[in-house]
Amino acid sequence: MSSKVIQAMYNDDDVLMSAVKETRAAHHHIEEVYTPFPVHGLDKAMGLAPTRLAITAFIYGLLGLSFAIWMMNFMMIEDWPQNIGGKPNVTYFKNMPAFVPIMFELTVFFAAHLMVITFYMRSKIWPFKEAENPDPRTTDDMFLMEVSVDGNEQELTSFLKGTGAVEIKITEKH
Amino acid sequence: MYKFSKKLKTFSIALMVIGAIGITWGFINAPSTVEQAKGIIAAQSNSHGSTHEQATTHEVKPHGDEHATANEHHDAAHDEHVFHQLQNRPWSALYVAMFYFMLLALGSLAFYAIQHAAQAGWSIVLLRVMEGIASYLPIGAVIIFVFLVLSTTHMNHMFAWMNPDLLADPESADYDKVLAGKSLFLNIPFFLIRAVIYIGGWIFYRQYSRKQTLALDTAADGDLTHYKKLFGASIKFLAFFLVTESAMSWDWLMSLDHHWYSTLYGWYIFSGMIVTAITTIALVSIYLKSRGYLEFVNDSHLHDLAKFMFGFSIFWTYLWFSQFMLIWYANIPEEVTYFAQRFNELKVPFLAMVVMNFVFPILILMNSDYKRIPWFIVMAGSIILVGHYIDIYILITPSTVGAQWKFISPEVIGSALFFLGLFIFVIFTALSKAPLKVKGNPFMKESEHFHY
Repeated sequence: MSSKVIQAMYNDDDVLMSAVKETRAAHHHIEEVYTPFPVHGLDKAMGLAPTRLAITAFIYGLLGLSFAIWMMNFMMIEDWPQNIGGKPNVTYFKNMPAFVPIMFELTVFFAAHLMVITFYMRSKIWPFKEAENPDPRTTDDMFLMEVSVDGNEQELTSFLKGTGAVEIKITEKH
Repeated sequence: MYKFSKKLKTFSIALMVIGAIGITWGFINAPSTVEQAKGIIAAQSNSHGSTHEQATTHEVKPHGDEHATANEHHDAAHDEHVFHQLQNRPWSALYVAMFYFMLLALGSLAFYAIQHAAQAGWSIVLLRVMEGIASYLPIGAVIIFVFLVLSTTHMNHMFAWMNPDLLADPESADYDKVLAGKSLFLNIPFFLIRAVIYIGGWIFYRQYSRKQTLALDTAADGDLTHYKKLFGASIKFLAFFLVTESAMSWDWLMSLDHHWYSTLYGWYIFSGMIVTAITTIALVSIYLKSRGYLEFVNDSHLHDLAKFMFGFSIFWTYLWFSQFMLIWYANIPEEVTYFAQRFNELKVPFLAMVVMNFVFPILILMNSDYKRIPWFIVMAGSIILVGHYIDIYILITPSTVGAQWKFISPEVIGSALFFLGLFIFVIFTALSKAPLKVKGNPFMKESEHFHY
């Protein structure tokens, strides 16, 4: 299935933000916005559902914490108890303060890495993936808003011009 | 312009009156002779067995070897020791409360100075709230100074190192060699001189910055001379503050245990101070907002304050744990006694405090959306404030009162209420003296439109 879209280019994030708000207010459907850097508040302006990445980060953190607790118990208590600096090494609880830095590090490690991997998977990015952005300049200094066309090319073009677009292109999207 | 409401004024005065009754009770009930002290201990061990057990273990542990040989002498010395601890009880409770509320004001002043030095944009609508809280500093710090002077005149036995017997005779059994090594720094005249320098410097900056912001309010449009003066003074104050805050914590808290020292103590006190100060700023802002003032403070400002509460709570835990773990791991007798005593004698408040200051804030304030909901901030903030009160209590009480501590008692609660009342009275009086919105700050627009 293919549909017609208008690609409007902007050269400033503030102009883009107000253009997104105007376009939404005028009930045009924004397909996607491409920006060279994260624009603060753009997700809210576009009306995207709030991200659930933070929840996954929390769960990954708990996973890391649990892993650290299990790992230190296995290494230092069950498998190979060692006497380090005369510390009691018979029970997990008595050694616990020494394990706290490891718990902390693994919590952060799991939360950070798994969250990045989740983000890549969710955004469908992986090595050797072909870029999806319609114009290479959106990785440099341009912002691109894609609005779907529903037989109203003329009207939309003039409308987007009015929002401050510096360049407008109509293409087929596959 | 804020008007100090009658209800709040009556409330604060009522707190002071109730608190004063509790404090008086504490002083009246403190023993004035060794015999009375023995009577109190006997009454306590009769009424509940657990206290007795604690008292016995306390007796045996530190002097295990001498016990048999110097039994007679030891008993007398022990009674004397317990007598001093019981006498310290009301003083110690007062000191905890005055110190805690002084730290709130000092922390606010430091946070305020950071806003000016960093030329922060978001916080300008909150500057008057910070100024209001910092206005307690002159009173709070002077009260502490009076307390320290009373201590140096041996009105109480809070600072054991001030006892002249410890350094009187190198041949005597009481001679304290460790203290002698520190006496170049830790002696009464220099101690008081330092206190004057710290307090004087802080109060000077607080008065100067207040004068400059009030002048900035009435300055002509675009006139930035006062703004630049504030900027310069804040940087100088922060440099002064970082040194004096550390030294203050050694002098006023760490010297209570004059044999023990920790090299991150100053930072540790700072972290507790800044998190409670920011919490107070948030709570006072929420209160004023609920009364219809501060309409220009939006939920993004609250969000930022809550982020600081969350972050500094974790920072506090980090320092608390760093101090604890190194001492626990190294297990050097002169260091580890500090935690051994706290962990053995005050186990419940010691552990409860860590839960209140770390687990609650981290769970309640982790979610981004919750940081904008006033009642969530109030809930987390109340736990943080009480938790850090217990923290200060645990810093001071074991060193001065030892096993004779009692948290739920009229003098402890009375002291807290008295200084809370005084604090509320002073800061809201100061808030009503000037418009709640500063004028003339070049970043005002940014702060008003601050949006996250």
